[in-house]
Amino acid sequence: MVEVTLWGALAAAAEGNSKVEVEAKNIRELFKKLSERFPGLTPLMDRGIAVAIDGTIYRDTWSKELPAGAEIYLLPRLAGG
Amino acid sequence: MTFDPSHAARSFSSVGTRPIRPDGVDKVTGRARYGADFNMPGQLIGRILRSPHAHAVIRKIDTSKAEQFPGVKAVVTAADLPDLTDGDTSMYDILDNCMARNKALYDGHAVAAVAAIDARTAKQALKLIDVEYELLPHVTDVDQAFAADAPLINETIFTTGVDPKPDRASNVSMRSQFGHGDVDAGMAEADFVVARTFKTEQTHQGYIEPHACVANVSSDGTADLWVCTQGHFVYRQHCAQLLGLEASRLRVTSSEIGGGFGGKTHVWAEPVALALSRKAGRPVKLVMTRDEVFRATGPTSATSIDVKIGAMKDGTIIAADATLRYSCGPYAGSWAEVGAMTAFACYKLENVRTVGYEVLVNRPKTAAYRAPSAPMAAFAVESAIDELAKKVGMDAVDFRIKNAAQEGTKASYGPVYGPIGIGPTLEAVKNHPHMKASLGKNQGRGMACGFWFNFGGQTCTDLNIGMDGTVSLAVGTVDVGGSRASLSLVAAEELGIDYAQVRAVIADTSSLGYNDMTDGSRGTFSSSMATISAARNAIKILRARAAQMWDIPVEDVTWEKGHAVAKGETHGNLPNLSLKEIAAASGTTGGPIAGHSEIVADGAGVSFATHICDIEVDPETGATKVLRYTVVQDAGKAVHPTYVEGQYQGGAAQGIGWALNEEYIYGKDGRLQNAGFLDYRIPVCSDLPMIDTQILEIPNPNHPYGVRGVGETSIVPPLAAVANAVSNAVGVRMQHIPMSPPRILAALEA
Amino acid sequence: MAGIAVSTTINGDHAEFLCHPDETLLEVLRERLGLMGVKEGCGTGDCGACSVILDDRLVCSCLVLGAEAEGRQIATVEGMAQGDRLHPLQQKFLEHAALQCGICTPGFLIAAKDLLAKNPDPTEEEIRFGLAGNLCRCTGYDKIVRAVQDAASVMRGA
Ligand code: FES
Ligand code: FES
Repeated sequence: MVEVTLWGALAAAAEGNSKVEVEAKNIRELFKKLSERFPGLTPLMDRGIAVAIDGTIYRDTWSKELPAGAEIYLLPRLAGG
Repeated sequence: MTFDPSHAARSFSSVGTRPIRPDGVDKVTGRARYGADFNMPGQLIGRILRSPHAHAVIRKIDTSKAEQFPGVKAVVTAADLPDLTDGDTSMYDILDNCMARNKALYDGHAVAAVAAIDARTAKQALKLIDVEYELLPHVTDVDQAFAADAPLINETIFTTGVDPKPDRASNVSMRSQFGHGDVDAGMAEADFVVARTFKTEQTHQGYIEPHACVANVSSDGTADLWVCTQGHFVYRQHCAQLLGLEASRLRVTSSEIGGGFGGKTHVWAEPVALALSRKAGRPVKLVMTRDEVFRATGPTSATSIDVKIGAMKDGTIIAADATLRYSCGPYAGSWAEVGAMTAFACYKLENVRTVGYEVLVNRPKTAAYRAPSAPMAAFAVESAIDELAKKVGMDAVDFRIKNAAQEGTKASYGPVYGPIGIGPTLEAVKNHPHMKASLGKNQGRGMACGFWFNFGGQTCTDLNIGMDGTVSLAVGTVDVGGSRASLSLVAAEELGIDYAQVRAVIADTSSLGYNDMTDGSRGTFSSSMATISAARNAIKILRARAAQMWDIPVEDVTWEKGHAVAKGETHGNLPNLSLKEIAAASGTTGGPIAGHSEIVADGAGVSFATHICDIEVDPETGATKVLRYTVVQDAGKAVHPTYVEGQYQGGAAQGIGWALNEEYIYGKDGRLQNAGFLDYRIPVCSDLPMIDTQILEIPNPNHPYGVRGVGETSIVPPLAAVANAVSNAVGVRMQHIPMSPPRILAALEA
Repeated sequence: MAGIAVSTTINGDHAEFLCHPDETLLEVLRERLGLMGVKEGCGTGDCGACSVILDDRLVCSCLVLGAEAEGRQIATVEGMAQGDRLHPLQQKFLEHAALQCGICTPGFLIAAKDLLAKNPDPTEEEIRFGLAGNLCRCTGYDKIVRAVQDAASVMRGA
């Protein structure tokens, strides 16, 4: 079980929850479970979401494991110049 | 075993040296081929007709006269680029931006294009195209567009991120909020509060090379595109999708690129060139004029930002609040979100809130510009921080050191930081000789911090070892400023051979797996990671070949300094085999030797910089002169330190131009008034001093050599550093960028 | 059209071409003669990427008509190296990494060559003003100025 924090816009789409507990071992599973639970998140996820695990931002490594007790933070998927 | 990107301490022999770049001689002799330097047999010249209106319904386009004009081979309009985007709104926006469909949304929006036997004919033919416009009210200013009664640009835009969902459309496409704690309570407790509103004007990346491409669509369904781009694989995807081509049948070759800075991350004219070529059945070359580059490509957001920061008597910041409005052109993006995330990222804050609004305006579609959105937010925040330090009675550097984020700090955008470099850059600035240089009359010193995320992304490289023992490295990120040199160094380092034995090339889309856009400071970060991985794969094969040659088990072969070394009691005395010897024998030991790598380079590691600027202001004219400038930035590990310095200096120079001169100026008619380098004035050689640099190396834990991205962060602090310097020189807080002479005079008189 | 017949000397070699009366020297060099080292950044005289030396004057070739080349001497970046020996400016631009993207480089090399021909020992300020007609968006000019300083001292034989 990991605790996941959602940023503002995402929390609004997750029925106002800014923190949710999810049983997930990696990012892929996390996304799957979140969109099952909160269908409102799906369009935002399609637009792109990044996951910060203990401060390191992952945009694409969906196989990344979510260690127990890690700080997990969902952020918008950004790009640079 | 899969590739482990973790950083491991080591000593380097190639990485950290400063050899001459492999593409250098071609570039100083005029032989390097950029976007416009390529021609195809039988090619036509394409030109684009652009709307002179800021906002207008396109009633009718009559192309018949142009089509009949001698020498014209094709005319295209939106009808020739049917909507194949299948509900993908961001692709639809790209399509609409390439060629207006129902409405012209800004001065410069493409409405039609021709291909003709030469430029002169194409230009004449454009004049024969009749477009019937129905003018609509327009809005180009971010604050005016934000207002409830503003002319509506897109009736399908309803602000996202607000609860409840709005019941009417507006120009505000998105609201996003970040932060934690109780800002209002914190602010009420503060001993000192600074609250101000800041404005920044729209700027352009200003690359010297205009967009250029040569497109060739054959009747058999294959196509080629030669183009200056930061990401030929992404261009292939976008063009293929918009044209209805199969991606693998469209080969995109990236030319040498004459600057991008984020501005060459979007397709603009390429789909049009392909459509022209398809219709004409001949290759089409399309090169933008400088006027088109300004009117239709690139620009960054204009902003208006409210900042409020409160501090206690001891200098602790107790609360920080910002509302940031970013213009995004006539299509939604996510620019304000980034500004809201980066605004306070340098600081350790218990109570922080940022709200970003993205605002549609009748200006060109905003493109990324080097750490997109961060410089404007840093300008507002770092200006307020400077003022607050004065109120508290603390030195500007000490105040920042006291409040700087550290490892373990909860970032203003959410997560907790790992090891970061803001503190060390501030300490370095505090001790820098620049801080002790004396200042004269009308001179001021300013400093500021900046933050950028940095990104990695999908990356693929091939490392092929020739029979003569030289190495050819094919990469898919574009070389925007010396990355072929850096990546050759990395390959040499990992293989244990000489830099001169490696040659790096940028592969086209048919020769290598997919690579993301070269953006987010990722070029050297991610392609070096992939190169290390490819080299390690090649070493596995080299060891196996050596084992064959020696006829010993592969486990007994190690790789040291470019040689296979036999270990173990029975064969420990075998003479080492060099890479060259193994390569020479490769034909009889199993064929070619190569290492491949396909990775997602995540974990780029956030980056911080602190800049110092000394400036002199002429109080009579408002003219400014930058006297000294220093950049201190963390590079993780500088692969080729000279090119790292170059990134620091270039970003600083762009930021100085943004701070002092550069801005898009629109008339009441919604037309851009300064679409040229004469009136949109970027810094020239005589505007700038030498730009001093100090590279800090705080290894990135997520890269084998500790490398961080370095390309973008250097543009984040300059707006604020220069503004603080000017404010200190004139004794008035500057709140509007660029600080052109008239604006400085106005501030002095206010 | 009846083009104007022009006979000129480019990088020491005789050249002949036909051009329109309103065709710029830049267009002629790039499109008719294939000298693509001469770059176009603006076409309006504002960026210096198209710099060439006409007789002994530094000019923006986008502001000169092709027809004006008649009987003149034109020097472009393609003529700077002697065989495989780079001009000291070219060598120093490489050593100092005075180019990032390199699109401005041909123009800077030509402008610097002209500057050093007229002033072999320029101060930093003279270099900065001497090169102020050339835009570079990548480097912040620091390494360009250093490269020119270094090349100047080599060329003086210092
Ligand atoms: S192209 Fe001639 S000055 Fe810019
Ligand atoms: S090196 Fe890119 S413009 Fe000068």
